Amino acid sequence: MPDNTKNGRKVVFWPGNIVVAEAALAAGCNFFGGYPITPSSEVAHHMSHRLPMIGGKFIQMEDEIAAMGAVIGAALAGDKAMTATSGPGFSLKQENIGYACMVEAPCVVVNVMRGGPSTGLPTALGQSDIMQARWGTHGDRAVITLTPSYLDEVYSETIRAFNLAERFRMPVFLFLDEVIGHLAERLEIPDPSEYEIIDRVRPTCPPEDYLPYDSTESDVPPLADYFTGYRYHTTGLNHDASGFPTTNPGLVQSEELRMMNKVYDHLDEIESYEEVMTDDAEILVVTFGSTARAASVAINDARAKGIKVGMLRPITIWPFPEKIMRELGKRVKGIVVPEANLGQIIFEVERVAKCDGPVVGVQKVGGVPIYPDEILSKIEELA
Amino acid sequence: MSNHYEARFSAVGGQGILLAGDILASAAINYEGKFACDSPTYTAQVRGGPTKVDVIIDSEKILFPRTTAIDFMLCLAQRSWDQFAQDLKPDCIVLIDPSLVKNVDESYRVYRMPILEITKTNMKKMVYTSAVALGAMIGLTEVISVESARKGLLAKAPKGTEQPNEIAFNLGYEAAKELLK
Repeated sequence: MPDNTKNGRKVVFWPGNIVVAEAALAAGCNFFGGYPITPSSEVAHHMSHRLPMIGGKFIQMEDEIAAMGAVIGAALAGDKAMTATSGPGFSLKQENIGYACMVEAPCVVVNVMRGGPSTGLPTALGQSDIMQARWGTHGDRAVITLTPSYLDEVYSETIRAFNLAERFRMPVFLFLDEVIGHLAERLEIPDPSEYEIIDRVRPTCPPEDYLPYDSTESDVPPLADYFTGYRYHTTGLNHDASGFPTTNPGLVQSEELRMMNKVYDHLDEIESYEEVMTDDAEILVVTFGSTARAASVAINDARAKGIKVGMLRPITIWPFPEKIMRELGKRVKGIVVPEANLGQIIFEVERVAKCDGPVVGVQKVGGVPIYPDEILSKIEELA
Repeated sequence: MSNHYEARFSAVGGQGILLAGDILASAAINYEGKFACDSPTYTAQVRGGPTKVDVIIDSEKILFPRTTAIDFMLCLAQRSWDQFAQDLKPDCIVLIDPSLVKNVDESYRVYRMPILEITKTNMKKMVYTSAVALGAMIGLTEVISVESARKGLLAKAPKGTEQPNEIAFNLGYEAAKELLK
């Protein structure tokens, strides 16, 4: 590929899925366990080529479930591990995602969304896994999900996904959609000095004193690498600080709360969103991923017609940015929620914004993106 | 948006047309300092199915990355025309190979060029079809300079095929200039 540089940054022209793979490597990813599925396959393909070059490991597993299992194993062995999938594969992974939450395995799960349910539209856009990210695996747990819209953001959010996984010792979801996964656009690769790399906290105590879920020092317990002398029990059952199963109601309650609060007590480290022209906005658009790009055009067109409209674009979609949503919800007289599904994040907007005016969706599942004009006409209806 | 340009290259899978779009967009970025993006279709059929790639070139950052008003369309298969001739501007430049595409909407600015015949006669290998087509596209539109396009082509050409690719590109470019006379 022809490369050039600008301001010392390499300028490249890569599709979104390749950007994910390269950014993962920049974040220190050294393990990929996967099973190919459109439209995410290029992530796996690229990692299969690149990981061996840096001494990392790539494994194509027998199915999606095993791929998630391999990622959890690698994560507990000390690797920065990732898998990539799409809707149906994300469904299959849910059991092991729950396990990763329970054993607090830091890892990154990429989902390049397509249409659904079931096999749906393998090669076309969808954004219908947003609620699956939040509620897909059973049980109560905190979820971090990132939904970048531009390829420079795909790069930085991929790195952030690894950092958040390491920081909070949990699986983190990076959600692209087919439009972003296959889109190639101009991208300046940031210099490593421009971003931070976070590594998990490892124990400093002697192995015989180690408790894998000891939260006396921090709500995120230090994690020992397997095979380094720190022997401990790993189970999907509710467990005590030693990792062995417990049915003690008080302990189960406090441990599950800790796993929630390790996220919700640190929202300042996790939340990320963009506000566009919200200062004087009377109408607000709330959207994410590739659909936000159509909304950007619609907002510019509406402003040109004198309509005071702005946008809130959650980049961290889970946890949903409740504080800013509440503030803006109070101020505006109507909200438009475009999403490439039949209505998912709109429920969260309605719940949080408590807007006095109408909250209306622009919803589409045909595999083609929502066009700027479709959002514009909804804005005009509310204006 | 200023200097916004949308191009669609359509064919059937295997004609190498996705690469032509990739070359155009990366040349616009690398040699003209522009913003560009491309979105290929991603059909189940890798070879033989209708396929297209959409390229957008702009002097500013591209917000919506899909086409809405196409300035140029290349079409190398009737099925591709039937499936992908949408969102064309009324004055869209349409470039077709008349041996492959018989029925098009003549209200557009339609140019006919025997792209396959040119490739077969001069290059012997059909793998150079996309270079001929790219040259023709640049000749008709000058959306980026011929020098930039040529550099982009050479940067992407597999080692050892630079010269034949350049020859193929020039054939398409010259043929386009003939059409414009």
